[in-house]
Amino acid sequence: MSKIKCQCGHDNPFGTVLCERCGRPQTEEAKESKLVDMRYEGSARRSQTYKRSIIDKIWNFFSSVKIGISIIVAVLTTAAIGTIFPQKLYVPVSGEAELAAYYERLYGIPGTIYYKLGFHDMYNSWWFITLIGMLGTSIIIASVDRVIPLYKSLKKQRTKRHPSFMKRQRIYGEGPSENPDDALIEAEGQLKELRYKVKTEDGALLAEKNRFSRWGPYVNHAGLIIFLFGILLRGIPGFYVDETMWIREGETRSIPGAEGYYLESKAFIIENYTKEEADEVFGDALERVGMIAKNYQTDVTLYKKEEGSLPGSNQTNFVKDYSIIVNKPLKFDGYNVFQMDFRLDELKSMTFKLTEKATDASFGEFTVDLTNPEREYELDNGARVILSDYYPDYDGIENGEPTSKSPIPNNPAFIFKMVTPAKPDGEMSFVAIKQTLETEVNDYKVNFVSAETRDISGLTVRKDKTLYLLLVGGIIFMIGVSQGSYWNHRRIWIQKGPDGGLLVAGHTNKNWFSLKKELDKVKDAANLPSYEDRQDKESNLDDKEVDKI
Amino acid sequence: MTKAGKKKTRLIIRTIVLLLLVSAVVYTIASKDKVKVLAVGDKAPDFELVDLEGNKHRLSDYKGEGVFLNFWGTWCPPCKKEMPYIERQHNAFAEKGVHVLSVNIAEPHLKVETFRDQYGLTFPIVIDKSKSVMEVFNVGILPATYLINKDGKIEQIITREMSEDEIISFMESIQPE
Amino acid sequence: MGLAALSANLLLVSFIAYLVATLFFGGAVKGAKSEASYKNNRWGKIAITITIIGFITHVGYFVTRWMASGHAPVSNMFEFTTAFGMMLVGAFILLFYLYRTPSLGLFALPIAIIIIGYASMFPREITPLIPALKSYWLTVHVITAALGESILAISAVAGLIYLLKNIDLTKKSKQRFWLEAVIFTLILVVGFVLSSSAFKLTGYEAHFTYTDKNEQLAKIEYNYPPLFGMHEYESLTPDVMTPWAEMPPIVNAKTLTTFVWSIASGILLYLILRLIFRRPIAALLQPFAKKANSQLMDEIGYRAVMIGFPVFTLGALIFAMIWAHEAWSRFWGWDPKEVWALITWLFYAAFLHLRLSRGWEGEKSAWLAVIGFIIIMFNLIAVNLIIAGLHSYA
Repeated sequence: MSKIKCQCGHDNPFGTVLCERCGRPQTEEAKESKLVDMRYEGSARRSQTYKRSIIDKIWNFFSSVKIGISIIVAVLTTAAIGTIFPQKLYVPVSGEAELAAYYERLYGIPGTIYYKLGFHDMYNSWWFITLIGMLGTSIIIASVDRVIPLYKSLKKQRTKRHPSFMKRQRIYGEGPSENPDDALIEAEGQLKELRYKVKTEDGALLAEKNRFSRWGPYVNHAGLIIFLFGILLRGIPGFYVDETMWIREGETRSIPGAEGYYLESKAFIIENYTKEEADEVFGDALERVGMIAKNYQTDVTLYKKEEGSLPGSNQTNFVKDYSIIVNKPLKFDGYNVFQMDFRLDELKSMTFKLTEKATDASFGEFTVDLTNPEREYELDNGARVILSDYYPDYDGIENGEPTSKSPIPNNPAFIFKMVTPAKPDGEMSFVAIKQTLETEVNDYKVNFVSAETRDISGLTVRKDKTLYLLLVGGIIFMIGVSQGSYWNHRRIWIQKGPDGGLLVAGHTNKNWFSLKKELDKVKDAANLPSYEDRQDKESNLDDKEVDKI
Repeated sequence: MTKAGKKKTRLIIRTIVLLLLVSAVVYTIASKDKVKVLAVGDKAPDFELVDLEGNKHRLSDYKGEGVFLNFWGTWCPPCKKEMPYIERQHNAFAEKGVHVLSVNIAEPHLKVETFRDQYGLTFPIVIDKSKSVMEVFNVGILPATYLINKDGKIEQIITREMSEDEIISFMESIQPE
Repeated sequence: MGLAALSANLLLVSFIAYLVATLFFGGAVKGAKSEASYKNNRWGKIAITITIIGFITHVGYFVTRWMASGHAPVSNMFEFTTAFGMMLVGAFILLFYLYRTPSLGLFALPIAIIIIGYASMFPREITPLIPALKSYWLTVHVITAALGESILAISAVAGLIYLLKNIDLTKKSKQRFWLEAVIFTLILVVGFVLSSSAFKLTGYEAHFTYTDKNEQLAKIEYNYPPLFGMHEYESLTPDVMTPWAEMPPIVNAKTLTTFVWSIASGILLYLILRLIFRRPIAALLQPFAKKANSQLMDEIGYRAVMIGFPVFTLGALIFAMIWAHEAWSRFWGWDPKEVWALITWLFYAAFLHLRLSRGWEGEKSAWLAVIGFIIIMFNLIAVNLIIAGLHSYA
């Protein structure tokens, strides 16, 4: 690959549009155009340089901004399609068959198609992840390919540019000057006042400011890459924990995902805004909507297992008491425990009384704790009740045996043996909600008196070691995007023309309006020839019209 | 550096960068929905639980012998079905150095006791009240059976109902010579 | 007068001030003969003064409502949309002082007016915060996001002016069609506001029971004559029209009814305007855009994106993620609102790349700015009202 030798004697890499040193156009296209394309300073993008092997071709593919934009649009479109119907995550059913049925039931044929195409789990699909990966690849390659040549050419730029470079700038003016040398000195003073860095060389001047803003895009792309890398790390075990746990009031449970930690729920509290406290301000809203929730809270105690003790053993140490409320998770050792959900009023205990059927005389009451029932209950007058068996979630009788479909006391049923002085051998009775079965006709019976309930808190346990990395990525992105957006790289060239006049040119990567304002100040102070903005046809016309008047 | 040398370096660097990026994407796709789980070949984590009589049992008590670790619940139909088989084979293999350790998941003492008596089970039954052992072993559905060999390594994980023949061959597989 | 009442009055004052200021900006643009008089004429000065008065009262509304409720008034659709309108005017004032262009005001203010009008169609009473919203991140995240969006919206206003000025409306073309379509959409919103207000003034109400998609019995109140009935509806109000059709459970027939009424009244309004003026509405507006400098509009459009994009990123993505992590335990959950914020962000990223690397300036850039605003509005309106998600608090 040969170098391009410019008339000024500088060797430019292949693909260069404008000579790195003097700015003379190097390509036929650039020579013919009226305005020069100043992107990347007309330097050779690396990808344009070599197009040989398949690897180079892939590299060049990702280096193209056009491809980058296409990938952005593809991500944007797929992301949008994913919001047409709810994602799998937000659907109250699980399992493939149920999901298919759900989408069909609610959304008909479009729903079925959506499901079949896998759009119901869009953001976890391999193609979406691949698209994000391509985006990351494009960001890395396109940035590397551009930042290095840009850095080199800004570093190498010479103060004195060739007139052909000046003439092709968007802001350009030429004209006679009474005293070009004085004008240059005046201009230099004024430009320094405007905080430009000014270099002079052989009757030419280059004023430059905020070059660092040119690095903004590359800094923000670095931030994005760090962010994407952080997301990648979450796949590594131990970096990321996401578990849910249901805990009942009074229960102590090991925290899933956080080995060695135990949580005891003391109480679940739910509060609504009441008419009395919510005064006149919220009165209308409460009137219209009815109930508005004020607080969901689980009061917990955190325990940690004794150092060196084994899972399952109850040697634990108190760590802290905490009230987990929405927006205020419990934090410990890198873990966060969030208040996410609740279920109210699960049965906790049931109270019964033993009576004689004929007389309705009572032997007293007894209470069965549904999570940890006792075997025997002593009653008055020498009577007792033995709990032979217990079915927390009674589901009917199978093969002559009552069954429970879960260990949760949703529909408790009991087999009681009632031992009374009159029947010392005891009578058997099967008691379920709204139902009593007896093998033979009994003289005594167990009556339901009352029940106590408790609430269950749904908590989410999270640990995310990548969060800080993500935050760092975010901060770097913000720094980069601010540096590129809120500052702009401005350059003004002034030099003596070939016939004793002055040439003025200006360039900025954005905000031409402000550049022109600054240049106007310099022009007035140093009596420079007037310039024109070759892209703003209308102002020029306006000015001419004003001149005519 | 020569021109050819430069070209070669460039090719190598570009190939490596592209390969890294491709593997990152493949890794992300492959690793989704996966959490850290106990796998065959891992060392079975030790634990300590209390049985119905109040005796402590540790997995490490059985060092040098095979352990047939079964997680179950009284409400779970397949658990009930395989219990008699396990009981029979427990008796057959106890002498040969294979022990059954049965872990009930957080059910009431009364319930487990009634069940034991009903099925006439003689192997030790411990209750995991805080579900911490269940968490450590990543038990999702019941029944779940972990075959632990004499070195304390997990030989096999079975997460379904087992027939009696299967139980025999499983117990044989962890029998110390 | 209580704070809440004061707040409502201040909002009304600012609304009227914006209306009056628009007229003055119109005067400034019409009366300008040259560039110099366009920039510094008396009408323009009066107009910007009134705008600033309106803005101050608008801020007054915001502050007094904040004091009354004890939380930043950005917690439901009415509050958020009103705040968005306020920031739009704020962003316009900032850019006016940078560039001195009355044309920008002439188009930015009516859009702010439409937005505020649209906001007031939602329930306006002060609601207490639900647990999920009780966090200082509500203030930080929502205000920053709204600020970013409003600055981005200014770029669309500049884009619209650019298009009105530069598209040849005398010949049939794709551009002319789409420009008219954009204006038609704005008229639809006006139609919605007008018809909704009209039915509100008459106090129209119709109550129904229906079966929701979880097969539960629920109640609903219509404020428009019910064109469409909810799933298995039963009327509770006698003497109201019988709905034309019953909808399946996933379709919110009330939203659909409102939508159809708005479209119908919007189309009617548009047709009346066309009948009166016998010209495309875009052509009607074109003279007001003619005075603007295209290059300057392009620059304002680009500058607004440059200023707004980092603010939007910070508010709608970064702060959003931090709060989501605090409140919902995950910083990103692919909730529709989140996805659309990401889409907006990606869109503007594409905009910047197209402009910087592919040289999309002028008309192309103006179209993109207008589309960007449409995406923002879609996220504000459609995602909240149609696609249910965690963010649908209103």
